[in-house]
Amino acid sequence: MPERIGVYVCHCGSNIAATVDVRQVVEQAAKWDSVVVARDYKYMCSAPGRELVIKDIRELNLTGVVVASCSPRMHEAMFRGVLEEAGLNGYLLEIANIREQCAWVSLPGAGATAKAVALTRAAVKKARLNQPIWEREIPVNQATLVVGGGIAGIQAALQVANAGYLVYLVEREPYIGGHMAQFDKTFITLDCATCILTPKLAGVERHPNIRLMTCSEVVQVDGYVGNFRVRVKTSPRYIHEASCTGCGACERACVLWDSIPAEFDEGLGRRGAVYVPFPQAVPLKARVDGKNCLYLTTGNCRRTCVTACQRGAIDFDQKETVSEIAVGSIIIATGFDVFDPGVEPRWGYGRYENVITGMQFERMSNASGPTLGKILLADGTEPRRVAVVHCVGSRSKKYHRHCSRVCCLSSLKFAHLVREKTGAEVFEFYTDLNIFGKQYDEFYHRVREEGVHFIRARGTEVTEIDGQLAVCAEDVELGVYREIPVDMVILNTALIPRHDAEKVSRLFGISRSSDGFFMESHMKLDPVTTFMNGIYLAGCCQSPKDIPDSVAQGAAAAAQALSVIARGKVSLSPVTARVTEELCSGCRICLRTCPFQAISFDQAAGTAEINEAVCKGCGCCSAACPAGAIDITHYGTGQLLAQIEGVCGNEDKD
Amino acid sequence: MAKLKLAVYWTAACGGCDMAMLDMGERVLELDRVADIVLWPLVADFKYSDVRQMEDNAIDICLLHGAVRNEENRQMAELLRQKSRVLVALGSCACFGGIPGLANFFDRQEIFTWVYLESQSTDNAGGVCPQTSARVPEGELTLPEFFDTVLTLDQVVDVDYYIPGCPPTTEMLWQAIQTLTGDQLPPKGTVFAGSKTLCDRCTRQKEGKSITGFRRLAAVDIDLQRCFLEQGIVCCGPATRSGCGGRCLRANMPCRGCFGPTEHVRDQGARLVGAIAAMIASDHREEIEKISHLLPVPDDPAATFYRFSLPHSLLKRKRKENAS
Ligand SMILES: Cc1cc2nc3c(=O)[nH]c(=O)nc-3n(C[C@H](O)[C@H](O)[C@H](O)COP(=O)(O)OP(=O)(O)OC[C@H]3O[C@@H](n4cnc5c(N)ncnc54)[C@H](O)[C@@H]3O)c2cc1C
Ligand code: SF4
Ligand code: SF4
Ligand code: SF4
Repeated sequence: MPERIGVYVCHCGSNIAATVDVRQVVEQAAKWDSVVVARDYKYMCSAPGRELVIKDIRELNLTGVVVASCSPRMHEAMFRGVLEEAGLNGYLLEIANIREQCAWVSLPGAGATAKAVALTRAAVKKARLNQPIWEREIPVNQATLVVGGGIAGIQAALQVANAGYLVYLVEREPYIGGHMAQFDKTFITLDCATCILTPKLAGVERHPNIRLMTCSEVVQVDGYVGNFRVRVKTSPRYIHEASCTGCGACERACVLWDSIPAEFDEGLGRRGAVYVPFPQAVPLKARVDGKNCLYLTTGNCRRTCVTACQRGAIDFDQKETVSEIAVGSIIIATGFDVFDPGVEPRWGYGRYENVITGMQFERMSNASGPTLGKILLADGTEPRRVAVVHCVGSRSKKYHRHCSRVCCLSSLKFAHLVREKTGAEVFEFYTDLNIFGKQYDEFYHRVREEGVHFIRARGTEVTEIDGQLAVCAEDVELGVYREIPVDMVILNTALIPRHDAEKVSRLFGISRSSDGFFMESHMKLDPVTTFMNGIYLAGCCQSPKDIPDSVAQGAAAAAQALSVIARGKVSLSPVTARVTEELCSGCRICLRTCPFQAISFDQAAGTAEINEAVCKGCGCCSAACPAGAIDITHYGTGQLLAQIEGVCGNEDKD
Repeated sequence: MAKLKLAVYWTAACGGCDMAMLDMGERVLELDRVADIVLWPLVADFKYSDVRQMEDNAIDICLLHGAVRNEENRQMAELLRQKSRVLVALGSCACFGGIPGLANFFDRQEIFTWVYLESQSTDNAGGVCPQTSARVPEGELTLPEFFDTVLTLDQVVDVDYYIPGCPPTTEMLWQAIQTLTGDQLPPKGTVFAGSKTLCDRCTRQKEGKSITGFRRLAAVDIDLQRCFLEQGIVCCGPATRSGCGGRCLRANMPCRGCFGPTEHVRDQGARLVGAIAAMIASDHREEIEKISHLLPVPDDPAATFYRFSLPHSLLKRKRKENAS
């Protein structure tokens, strides 16, 4: 049967029509082989636009449809539905992207129109070769894996668990809570971070549907949406979790007690080689730090901890374990690292003892922190003048281009806490005040009214003048250079991608955006999903954000996982690679090209094999196969060559 | 049964395919039992007019080897097509352009300038280059036009079967001839060779293709059992049709690609480039560049990847300067 193709050219209001002569595209298209109807319409995606297509398919017996409009990422799925509604297979649709690829990047005129014609002609040529294909459906595993137990991961885990489904929460640290667990107060409400976090932590610990795995990391991921197989490595705590009550007797008995800088206190406090991270830790269990423990490193120690523990919970024979779990969805919530200001001398970090980071301030201000909540200088006295420096490592050409989004607010929070606790004068050295959230501006004015000084600064530098700590900067508003003597400087450092973000992104097959954070499928319309079906993002691993946004994204990721569970099955795109066994010579060149590990080698048959459920149809293997044994359904070599011919073809010739 | 009429003819070729025919030895005599040889310049004299006088389809099987390089080649190809029931492209030159096809990396003018004017061994004070016609006192002399682009046989006339190889093996030739002289002709377009690429037939051990450096054959002590590519030595086997019996491999030489691509591949060279790029075991740009520089081909990728198949490829020839 000869192909009968309908071509629909969209104006997209004036988005396309202002640059491309839409009428001319239609006139050209009408002349091409197998085009039986060519029309233009103001908004093809609108109800009347879609009706036009449905009517034509039915009345003119179309066998294929070309919509020349915006990027297929916008409306391809929707237009496929339109074809299905009219009784045609959705994959008989071809979209010519004449908006993003033409109108938006061209100057109006004959050139733009010629390009739109070429793109449309390419789509028509391919449409002639399109075949009906069908999505496959497979059942899903109802369990969900959440990686990272910060506030975002916790929220996601609770939400899925509360809906009645099993959640594995894998946390690298010995406790959950992430950065929030370290804070004193949270802006803007100034509630105590622990007070609002503890119920959530307890909720996770007690939840019958949550399997909490601390000291654990994912080491291998196989499978695909609905059916992931994940290997989790758990490092030994050297503690019987069931017996330990978290009383801390072992820590106080440890021969290294109070000698190892405590990570949780950002190095301001010290701990033993066996320690309970903090009093509200969940799980409230001790952990032996294998890197420092004398017994584990040298085999020589009196093991006072073992004697001190009344419950006999210490077990130096524990070994690393690897468990395999099966889940249907994965939520990644690995959070952020903070920038190290020590890399640049002008911030004075590491040089002057009273220059601390924002995280250190959080610990200092926390009632269970190293100073029991007192703001103190290194000599134990209270500061009288304190500077807070914004954007340390953020919005910088040299370090991180991005704005860390929370530091302006947390800087205001620091100022408030310093004034409240010490009455000291506070100077905020900011570059811009990026204050945008609900009631954030009100908080700013409140802090301002509390008498905090704001200096819009350029080239901020921390130095010592005649033994006196001082912050120097150009005051942009006054147009003068200022040197402000202070006792303490708080550097509000950038929120940056985790140091192992690259490794994690490879492990899960997700991408990173140019700032290094994990990349969402669509910045505006799909901020939670990734290009890997079934893998979702929550919290600061996607981009810096505050707690409310992290919680919201955690909940959104949970909703994604729940919708997979609710459907009970997932459809797999039929656009996948296939190995033609009769052509495959078993050369094995394709094996390492697949970014999703979909290709394996069938030793018995001597040919490569592609797991269609894992294959994303990216085409890497097809390009690499020297035998031409791999074709991508819907993007076969013939179809691609036809498109190229279409783009390169002559104006009047078909 | 009436004896078949067989013709063998050459266009732009080295004559190796003729030699391969002769290499069939006594079997040539066996051939004589089923077929009369009506044309074979290598073994018997003939004139163009002899062929012209034949009736259309008078030749049952014509084996034509050689690429189409000039006007004489083209006319003979057309003439033999007209006179033959079955036309077979014999050898890599007829099938893909072969070694003469490498000239497509140059224009006619560049070739003339080098060959007739600039090469060191040339003494051509008058600067004479080939022309299609020239006046001399005795009258007009003509030469067939030298084309700008070397063509494969099937770019000029309709071809029924293909026997690739530079040259084809005597085994294959004999099998093909037996099939073609038999009762049942295979489907049009059949290639008398394997359908998979050479790696399928290669007995060298293959573990995985992940290369951290490329090496020249002459510069290394090779592992005689292991796949060449896996040792960093460029082998065209993965992109080359099997059927040769692996004669180079058995002599510890990597495949040079003379059997051309498989049925689903249009551009053997591009496939090779893609495949080799995919083997480089690095994801870092600089490291990849470093490894690629070790490829023993940067000076002449054409001769490595397109050695036998340039005219047949999508690339076909070098870009024409004034192409629109
Ligand atoms: C100094 C400072 C003050 C702030 N103050 C406020 C405030 O007052 N109010 C507010 O709204 N926001 C504030 N924020 C922002 C707040 O910290 C974040 O919004 C919030 O912590 C993000 O939570 P998260 O779960 O995404 O990441 P995180 O808190 O970083 O949690 C990530 C978790 O994942 C774990 N993890 C990481 N990698 C792995 C891995 N590979 N495998 C397993 N587990 C892993 C980590 O151990 C951690 O537990 C502040 C930020 C800073 C730096
Ligand atoms: S690259 Fe092609 S021929 Fe080689 S193993 Fe993979 S599918 Fe087979
Ligand atoms: S097309 Fe090939 S490389 Fe890409 S995902 Fe599928 S199997 Fe892997
Ligand atoms: S690449 Fe060459 S040596 Fe390796 S398996 Fe293929 S033909 Fe054999």
